[in-house]
Amino acid sequence: MIGILSYLIFFASVVLILGVACLGLNLQWGFTGLFNAGVVGFYAVGGYALAILTAPTNPLLLGNFGLPWIVGIVGAMIAAALVALLVGVATVRLRGDYLAIATFGVAVTIQLITLNWQALTGGSLGMTSIPRPFATHFESQLGYNAFLFGLIAVVTALVYFALERVLRSPWGRVLKAIREDETAAIALGKDARLFRLQAFVLGATIIGLAGALYVSFIGFVSPFDFLPIVTFQIWAMLIVGGSGNNRGALLGALIVWGLWSGSGVLISKVVPVAYQTQGAAVQSILIGLLLVVMLVLKPRGLIGEEPVVSRHVR
Amino acid sequence: MIGQAIADGILTGAIIALGAVGITLSLQILRFANFGHGDLLTLGAYGALAFTVAATAGTPIHPFSFGWQFLAAVVVAAIFGGLAAVLVDILVYGPLRKRGAYRLTMIFASFGVALVLRNLILLVWGPDLHYYSRTLQIAVEILPGVLVMPDQIFVLGLALLLVLLFYVLLRTTRIGIAMRAMAESPTLAGICGIETTKMIRLAWFISGAMAAIAGTFLGLTVQVRPEMGFNLLLGILTAAILGGTGSLFGAVAGGLLVGLAENVSVLVVPAGYKAAMPFLLLMLVLYVRPQGLFGSKEGA
Repeated sequence: MIGILSYLIFFASVVLILGVACLGLNLQWGFTGLFNAGVVGFYAVGGYALAILTAPTNPLLLGNFGLPWIVGIVGAMIAAALVALLVGVATVRLRGDYLAIATFGVAVTIQLITLNWQALTGGSLGMTSIPRPFATHFESQLGYNAFLFGLIAVVTALVYFALERVLRSPWGRVLKAIREDETAAIALGKDARLFRLQAFVLGATIIGLAGALYVSFIGFVSPFDFLPIVTFQIWAMLIVGGSGNNRGALLGALIVWGLWSGSGVLISKVVPVAYQTQGAAVQSILIGLLLVVMLVLKPRGLIGEEPVVSRHVR
Repeated sequence: MIGQAIADGILTGAIIALGAVGITLSLQILRFANFGHGDLLTLGAYGALAFTVAATAGTPIHPFSFGWQFLAAVVVAAIFGGLAAVLVDILVYGPLRKRGAYRLTMIFASFGVALVLRNLILLVWGPDLHYYSRTLQIAVEILPGVLVMPDQIFVLGLALLLVLLFYVLLRTTRIGIAMRAMAESPTLAGICGIETTKMIRLAWFISGAMAAIAGTFLGLTVQVRPEMGFNLLLGILTAAILGGTGSLFGAVAGGLLVGLAENVSVLVVPAGYKAAMPFLLLMLVLYVRPQGLFGSKEGA
């Protein structure tokens, strides 16, 4: 019973963390039509920034400042925002494909840095014993995990309600206007580039926050937690749930992570150990097919975008 | 040292250039950056592998590591890669076009297709490395201190020949003119009686075939493995942008520059960062000259 309960808490925590990343992507893709091909890059920047800022001092590593958790979280968001600014400024004035290519490049480069810059990131070994927030106040592991889940849920709720509010504001309406008809939006005096850049950076900041939550949740960081497949998983969540709808983003996170974990358990039980690589390939094929089939057959997702009218008009 | 790095850069650059020419075609005629292009390379490499396994690589023709069967395998791979690209268009991109989907949705779909292709290959062939031939080659010293394999020279020559053939096709044949018209304006091309769907399928076939050939070249000079094409994708995309989208010779120059940057960088920075060089070049070109070296302003 305890086993099932602690697994459920673990599962729900991961769903919420990925859900936060999915909300960030939704701001970029769902509301603004910006294609981020390197979601995992921003997720990794957030995770690593938290680790570098909060991990206890280690003479072998450059970072590990042992700072408080909240500083780590804020630092993670700033780090992800800065990386987004670097590619955003270069690409907002160009065709949408360029942002896709540049973000893809960022993710590749960040993966190389996490693997190779031993002194900062710990290389392929990663970094361990990253302090988990408020862990010292708890005696039982289960109690702490439940608390951490609550903390993650609060952060998720904050992000969700903040986004809902922001997207119903004039700023949010401009984003949609740019997505639908950029020329018209510019003709009405809106600086499309500036708005796109803001939405991209804000979305990346949220994805960075999700990465930081993930690392504080598992207590260590390693390049193998930030593989390109994460980008596909988060996309699939958004497309399945319904891009342009924040509830859809969260629902998609639940469904896709459920399918992913479920198929993983099934494959590990059914497929012989010698063929585990092929088993993982089947999982990836399923994610890819899910993405393509949804895009072709049901582009709105399960709960698609809803028309939003300003509350002043009603 | 620097001489060897430059030689290696030109040789890998030729393969990247071949990939970049294919992607330029999709940027121009299909009008989106095909992120599945890298995996079409891989598919071609494995197609050729299947052929050489079935027919054996043949008796090597000195000084190369392969026999005539490998040349047949390149042709088989090209057809295989081209048909695979057309099939994907019929199943995925065609329906999306019909719906009038947002262009970035195509890119999104191409990522999904890439993931499926890459993992299908992994599923069928497993994660191990493969080689077309186990024959050892003796490197030739073309300049003092610069060693290259005969296979690499063969690849360089054939890659340049292919680009030249494609250029002649675009410039002198009716199909080439139709394709260039499509690149200018699909609507206008349609009004002028060009069968746009046929042209799109043809563009896919050529793009896929070029990618497949580049894949076999990569397999011949390096090795065949499931991530080979995906790992080259960033370099290929960078080459296409660096050259200026839409410019054929720009794509070739871009490919050579990316190859050179990767190989010369090893002299300065740790080899682990070699794969990040395309990104640095990409950022540089996007900040300084987003239309690319040979592109016009409208391209960007």
